[in-house]
Amino acid sequence: MTGTAPAADTADTGEAPTAFLDVRDLRIHFPTDDGLVKSVDGLSFQLERGRTLGIVGESGSGKSVTSLGILGLHNKRNASVSGEIWLNGKELVNASQSEVRRLRGRDMAMIFQDPLSAMHPFYTVGKQIIEAYRVHNDVSKQVARKHAIEMLGRVGIPKPDKRVDDYPHQFSGGMRQRAMIAMALSCDPELLIADEPTTALDVTVQAQILDLIRDLQQEFNSAVIMITHDLGVVAELSDDILVMYAGRAAEYAAVEDAFHAPLHPYTWGLLGSMPRLDRERTERLQPIEGSPPSLINVPSGCAFHPRCPYVDLNGDKCTTERPELVEVVPGHKAACHLPLEKKREIWNDEIRPKL
Amino acid sequence: MLAYIIRRLIGAVLMLLLVSLVTFGIFFGLPKLAGQTTDQLAAAYVGKAPTAEAIQDTKERLGLDKPIVVQYGNYLKGIVAGKDYKAGPVTDHCPAPCLGYSYRSSQPVLQTLLDRAPATVSLALGAAVIWLIGGISTGVISALRRGTLWDRTAMIIALSGVSLPIYFTGLVSLALFSYTLKIFPGGGSYPPAGITGDPVTWFQSLVLPWVTLAFLYAAMYARLTRAGMLETMNEDYIRTARAKGLPEKTVVTKHALRASLTPILTIFGLDLGLLLGGAVLTENTFGIPGLGQLAISSINGGDLPMVLGITLITATSIVGINLIVDLLYAVVDPRVRLS
Repeated sequence: MTGTAPAADTADTGEAPTAFLDVRDLRIHFPTDDGLVKSVDGLSFQLERGRTLGIVGESGSGKSVTSLGILGLHNKRNASVSGEIWLNGKELVNASQSEVRRLRGRDMAMIFQDPLSAMHPFYTVGKQIIEAYRVHNDVSKQVARKHAIEMLGRVGIPKPDKRVDDYPHQFSGGMRQRAMIAMALSCDPELLIADEPTTALDVTVQAQILDLIRDLQQEFNSAVIMITHDLGVVAELSDDILVMYAGRAAEYAAVEDAFHAPLHPYTWGLLGSMPRLDRERTERLQPIEGSPPSLINVPSGCAFHPRCPYVDLNGDKCTTERPELVEVVPGHKAACHLPLEKKREIWNDEIRPKL
Repeated sequence: MLAYIIRRLIGAVLMLLLVSLVTFGIFFGLPKLAGQTTDQLAAAYVGKAPTAEAIQDTKERLGLDKPIVVQYGNYLKGIVAGKDYKAGPVTDHCPAPCLGYSYRSSQPVLQTLLDRAPATVSLALGAAVIWLIGGISTGVISALRRGTLWDRTAMIIALSGVSLPIYFTGLVSLALFSYTLKIFPGGGSYPPAGITGDPVTWFQSLVLPWVTLAFLYAAMYARLTRAGMLETMNEDYIRTARAKGLPEKTVVTKHALRASLTPILTIFGLDLGLLLGGAVLTENTFGIPGLGQLAISSINGGDLPMVLGITLITATSIVGINLIVDLLYAVVDPRVRLS
């Protein structure tokens, strides 16, 4: 495990990056009647081929908005997107809509949260995969159909030559998610974004789907962004982890560092609210107090300060000055004003024993 | 599938029986309850200055002196098996399906209906084509350009289309395009022989009625389509279609519009079925000799057998077209299983 979190000062240089996916200072804002919703507000991260980045955070922290932003799926009329997204040396934010469209499905694909509603109810599963394949590949329907059957077989659907003509409602939830994965992978994309791919599935199926994604990733050597609020999934699959809070990165580190020596009180809270079966059940779970902030009126200073139990340790710095994401230890970034020594002390003495 | 169709057909027959029973009861039972004698009823058939003899004769011939239930039974029997009317030495055979004779013209009701139907069918089908194309495309464009000037203008026009009655828009269009600009012929120019006799006049005489009638429905369909499209465009599967890299045109037509059309299909079945039974306002505004015009003149003239016949025809066309729509539903939406 190498801590690959890079230096923040590569942002805004406008130069083509070396990383396969390089997101720099991404901002996605939605002007509404109530005010400007800053769903993503200055997010930067990198991802290489064959590696997995886990993005975690509560609902409304900007995870899904980020992924849709990378795919260019935000309506330009109601969303303002700025910053840079470099995919394989190509900048996407300022590229034309048709250029980005051609990349969608071919170079970058997405698996959605709810396989029930993510497939068109009026077309057979096969037709939808064939359609996805034929947009980017100039082949006959027969060839595309063969490919669709092959993909369905690959994601573990039994009798794919028969099931290819079934409609989505004739599939079970897990099968539907497999079919979605087959569709997403049909053009062999180099970047796969999985937006809470297991949330709508039951637990036994969840593990199968995660295994499938991991196997396919190794086979295709694609870069994977795994968006989830399930830390277990992240621990299982990811190389790096990006913890988001109120549209910004709170912590960005290699997954082992983030789990064994997290440097942000929000990450501590997430870990504390995660049920563990491998430890003795000593106490109740420790939920994070309060609720995620409104993205129209983000709290001053550190957005997490109203919910942070350690806000008083720093004078009024936490409430007045917004902490930037800085490399606290090599390969491990966090956006928190607490001194490193103090954080280690709290983690070791207070948080860790309770987990 | 076949069992479903058979079951639906049986249901349709029961439905028509009920409609005929209610209509028959209203026209033949209520007058009796209201105190009208059978003599007075029979007098309506005989014409001006009826003699007692003629009334008695008519009463026996039509069975008006029999109990209402027997009369209804005879009416149904006539539809299924035909009927013989004895008028003195002459026996008039009315072959099945016999809907009786008109009080006014003494013509068989069925034949009159069949004579009048082509004009109504021409009007309804032509208008349907126009309103489907116009309404749905306007709705789609409005949904895609929601909130723009186009959308607002289209929706205001649609609102006026829904609110303005045909006898207003029809007369305005006649005044403008026919009497002032003289582009199209005026009211009452529908050729007696219909499309087979004089196709050019047929077409010219129908343009204004088509457009006027279609305007009303197109407005409704534009609003329906717009609402449906706005809802569908937010569906997850539309996002999936975009994520696949499909061109926006494919996303809109193949994915969004297809899903938005199912509720419109239902409404269309009802609308077309109703219209085929007579577009009363349009036909009377433009003087088209269709079922709608016949309905009005029959009601005004107290021509009960004719009114009964028109009611049955309208009910039949609504029931029939709805059956077709339900069958189409299974074709359009694979989740619908007919059982």
